[in-house]
Amino acid sequence: MKTPIAIAALLALTSGPALAQTVRMGTEGAYPPYNFLNDAGEVDGFERDVGDALCERAGLTCEWVTNDWDSIIPNLVSGNYDTIIAGMSITPERDEVIDFTQEYFPPDPSAYLAASDSADLTGGVIAAQVGTIQAGHVAASGATLVEFATPDETIAAVRNGEADAVLADKAFLEPFAAEDDGLMLVGEDVAIGGGIGMGLRESDTELRAKFDAAITAMKADGSLNALIEKWFEGRTGPY
Amino acid sequence: MLPYCADPDTLSGLTWLSCYLTTGKHMAFYLSFLTVMALLLVTAPTALLFGFGGAVAARSRIPPLRWLGLAYTSIVRGVPDIAFFLFFVIALDQAFEWVRHKVKCPDWTEAVRQGNDFVVCAAAKLPLSTAPQWMHEIYGFALAVLTFAIVFGAFAANVLSGAMRAVPRAQTETAEAYGMSRRQVFRRVTVPQMWVYALPGLSNLWMLLVKSTPLLFLLGVEDIVYWARELGGSKTARFSDYPHGDWRMWYFLALLVFYLLLTRVSEIILDRLMARLTHGQATVGADTRERAA
Repeated sequence: MKTPIAIAALLALTSGPALAQTVRMGTEGAYPPYNFLNDAGEVDGFERDVGDALCERAGLTCEWVTNDWDSIIPNLVSGNYDTIIAGMSITPERDEVIDFTQEYFPPDPSAYLAASDSADLTGGVIAAQVGTIQAGHVAASGATLVEFATPDETIAAVRNGEADAVLADKAFLEPFAAEDDGLMLVGEDVAIGGGIGMGLRESDTELRAKFDAAITAMKADGSLNALIEKWFEGRTGPY
Repeated sequence: MLPYCADPDTLSGLTWLSCYLTTGKHMAFYLSFLTVMALLLVTAPTALLFGFGGAVAARSRIPPLRWLGLAYTSIVRGVPDIAFFLFFVIALDQAFEWVRHKVKCPDWTEAVRQGNDFVVCAAAKLPLSTAPQWMHEIYGFALAVLTFAIVFGAFAANVLSGAMRAVPRAQTETAEAYGMSRRQVFRRVTVPQMWVYALPGLSNLWMLLVKSTPLLFLLGVEDIVYWARELGGSKTARFSDYPHGDWRMWYFLALLVFYLLLTRVSEIILDRLMARLTHGQATVGADTRERAA
């Protein structure tokens, strides 16, 4: 009996035409240096800087939203936010469901992080975040794959011995290897996946064109290189 | 933020801890406890209302209404909570947007479903994408409350309809003998007396509701579980002023204590309520209580 009132209230909640276009930027907020929540609880990181710069160039008002990684594509498609900017590699599988802008970060190798040099990378237990290109790689490599919902849990699994090693983007693993004496990068780097681009709904071609143009401009004037050098230690800007 | 927290690297011991526990992120964590309490306080009466509606409908003499009530209670009670939570939040959201789309954009010619995409006109978005983030959060919260109310309402309906049947026939018969109509008997005799029979079942439901609040996390609301996991995860010095290892265990321990306290307080309050309701009434509960006293 209360439902019609609730629906009416929801209908009345917002009215009037939109003035400036607001774009809701969906990110994970748990994958430094790409994106993470800082001590103040705000979205921070490389993608925060890139996203804000892109929105300024494209004349858009941007709002940051965090969403779990495993439901990040479904929630984009159902319209909870308008873009995914979460360190997502451009892959053909994802491209079937959503569209990508051009890359704003070049293909980055993946690496193994383990607690000892002798970790068995081909026959042992390897952790990876669910729904990532790394998880696909481990599953195909013959090692036993254990998947976790967040990047942090994959590291914790190596620390507590549940997994022999974790496979993830090298840029994400490097700070852990540098700061924790018990963890090290082992084995060869693995080249999987394409560059990182922003994900958009396939029906949102206009917005994609705007972001594409802004990324081109940022590559041309070197500001994208500057941001890559700021957030990724020891990298030189590739564009 | 405390004044001496400007340079956390130089701090140690309790001062470090006091700074660490007052970061903006921790404030969000503390606020999320209020979110959970707010959810409980809003959901419980709403679910009771759904339950009352369901119970009345299931007892109705009009067949379609009765079928509706019975279908509601049996379907919702038979499906796992999690499946409902995942389903309702998407389905309700899209249903609301679809209705608004039909009302606000009648000229729209493109399909709402384009492949994988669910596309409604900008004016039908709920909330509008121009709305500030807190509106989105309130909306998400409201969807969660509605979903909780629908699910727990079905259980409450069953408890209440059982309680209505438990009111002694002699009471309603007497009321009928006084010449009251069916409706009057229901309002003046059945409803006031049913609560005492419903309370054990309802208090059980309340406990279940308290324990289900971490499901909020599944619904995308940033609740205490979300923040405990986020704060407890290990932090490197490059991206946080307060680097630490894997502290999830301590944060989850805090949640455990919180829930235990909450259920204990609930038990005490519900016991008092029961004692009050059974006062002077000849029920099994009252008898044993008096014997114990």
